Amino acid sequence: MSDATMTGPAQSVETIQSSYLAQVQRRRLYSGLALLVFVVLMASGFHIADDRNAGGFWDGLHQIGDYPADVLSEAWEKRTELPGLIGKYYPALIETINIAAVATLIGAVGGLFLSLLGTRGLAKWPRLIPLFRRISDVMRAVPEIVIALVLIFVLGGGPVPAMIAIAIHTAGALAKMFSEVAENADLKSVEGLASTGATWSQRMLLGVLPQVAPNYLSYTLLRFEINIRASAILGFVGAGGLGYELRNAMAWGPGRFDEAAAIFILLFGTIVFFDQVSSRYRNRLTEGQGQ
Amino acid sequence: MSAVDINMTKQYADDLFKRKRLIAFAIPTVILVYLTYIFFAFDVSGLAARANWQNAVTLASDSWSHKIHVTRDNRSGEISYAVEGERKGEYPQGERPDWVSGEEIITIDLGAGHIVRYLPENRTEVEIPGYPLIEVQAEGRTVTSNLPADLPDWISASSRRIGITTPEGRITLTGARTEVFNYFPGWELFWFTLDSPYHGVGLGQILFGEQIDPTRSNIAGAVFDWWNNKMWRHKDVAWAICETILMAFLGTMGAAMIALPLAFLAAKRFSPIMLLRGATRRLFDFVRGVDALIWTVVLARAFGPGPLTGALAILITDTGTFGKTFSEALENVDQKQIEGVSSTGAKPLQRYRFGVIPQVVPVLLSQVLYFLESNTRSATIIGAITGGGIGLMLTQAIQTQQNWEEVAYYIVLIILMVMFMDWLSGWLRAKLIGTKD
Repeated sequence: MSDATMTGPAQSVETIQSSYLAQVQRRRLYSGLALLVFVVLMASGFHIADDRNAGGFWDGLHQIGDYPADVLSEAWEKRTELPGLIGKYYPALIETINIAAVATLIGAVGGLFLSLLGTRGLAKWPRLIPLFRRISDVMRAVPEIVIALVLIFVLGGGPVPAMIAIAIHTAGALAKMFSEVAENADLKSVEGLASTGATWSQRMLLGVLPQVAPNYLSYTLLRFEINIRASAILGFVGAGGLGYELRNAMAWGPGRFDEAAAIFILLFGTIVFFDQVSSRYRNRLTEGQGQ
Repeated sequence: MSAVDINMTKQYADDLFKRKRLIAFAIPTVILVYLTYIFFAFDVSGLAARANWQNAVTLASDSWSHKIHVTRDNRSGEISYAVEGERKGEYPQGERPDWVSGEEIITIDLGAGHIVRYLPENRTEVEIPGYPLIEVQAEGRTVTSNLPADLPDWISASSRRIGITTPEGRITLTGARTEVFNYFPGWELFWFTLDSPYHGVGLGQILFGEQIDPTRSNIAGAVFDWWNNKMWRHKDVAWAICETILMAFLGTMGAAMIALPLAFLAAKRFSPIMLLRGATRRLFDFVRGVDALIWTVVLARAFGPGPLTGALAILITDTGTFGKTFSEALENVDQKQIEGVSSTGAKPLQRYRFGVIPQVVPVLLSQVLYFLESNTRSATIIGAITGGGIGLMLTQAIQTQQNWEEVAYYIVLIILMVMFMDWLSGWLRAKLIGTKD
């Protein structure tokens, strides 16, 4: 400001303008460079991926429709059998959903404890907060397939390894989201409870949980949605359910495509169904908060 | 307040409490009933019978230790020494571990008084403290021994095969060959294989000592030998991790680039034609609902296995997810800013660029960066199915059912990789958007 009064308004506007333009130019240069780096990364990344793939991108592009077309045409020919096949694979679907549901349930309980023990102000043992946070970080970082494959080796194939694997990852993932919510919880009720001599579990149950329950439930529902997909994928590596049946149906190849089609339909329908249901309930949970 | 009022309030409060109490009991009961049903549906009680605890023990001990096989081929009488019994881990000709001695009679000292002797004529003696000397003769396809009929549970014997498990090591004897496995802690040959001149040389000597290989400088040679280590395949592992991250990167960024323009079509604010809007939304729902698993299966048919297939599967699925969240973000933009920009005479494209994009960029970027981390995990899983990246190496290592030290190594690397991507996406978010608090 003192500059402006000394040198007069005209010049000051000019300096401001030129410094502004210089700044804009520098900004443009930086964003241009960032964009360039990004484009180069994308292009070279695509090139490497294309190189290391068995079939090339451009060769395969026009073949994308072939497999779905084969499956669909065969399924259409045998469309009368489709309802029967859907009935046949219905138990596998139930298993896939059960894996996801139990894993979500167990994971949510685990995540609840990890989040409460890892949040400042709520933790039972404040010194151990970093420990519980690291535990949930590691649990979150482990892809489900790692645990599932190792457990399949020990426990044999079936739904239990998939369930444990998904539950572990869910606990870690939910612990992070839960503790973000718990950090914003009002501590006054906890203090009030503490003054009456409530134990830690009573403080959490009566002071914290009622505050965070809607958000926790909404995150858990979201997780359930994700876990259904995960449970289908894990089936593909031998952990039972719909994914396992899909792999078998695919291994048979042409002639049994109607079975693959039935499984595709079941999987698609289930995912869309739970997607819609959970998003409706989540909206209700988070909207109800404002009132 | 009259008495009637009080009674009514009391009644109401009582009812409320009754209902709450009922719910408080009903929810745990429902969960308990469900878990009971699962207990039987998943056959948890039968699990203990199906589980193979021997596998668990092997897995746990092999993941942090290695074994050296001393094998006698009973037909040729040849004796070989190899780490993990693999050709790649064989000791060079004329060299053997220092706990093996003798020429005619090979004495293997397993430690703590456990001694195995390979005698001529395919005879073997096993000396175990506190147990009588075991003598075994291999003939053709059978083995005969002086073992009594009732055996302790650490010895299993039939006419074809004898297995002895001790805390110091394992011995198996069949007609064709006699093998001793000696266990040591640690990951053997992690740095250099036995054929490398740098094996068994300390770090200080490599860095500052005399030149070990006359044709190469120490550091370059050591790095080359480590990088091309045949046992641990550091080069392939590094490539596999890059492939996995590449899949996640290409998939996430590609999806974001495709989803952004489509999101404008799906948002009510910017797309007045209802039919088009509905069609775009259904498209998003469809690609999301089909799920990465089915996309992977379909795309693998067209493009063959490899990282490109995985990247495309992630790309297609996430286009749906991004499309949905982006269009939601676009619906919530502030109209004032757009009006301000259009009051300067901006054309529609400029209105989007300066009025809309700056508002939604933080939401979009944080979403994209979050998915970059979560897709690294997905890419590991998809890689296991479609054949690319660290996921494939992990499944292959698990399928051999013996390279558990490699499995442990890959698991550690995968966890570190995901944590690194988590940190990176957090760092980028802080740089690009600024921290929230």
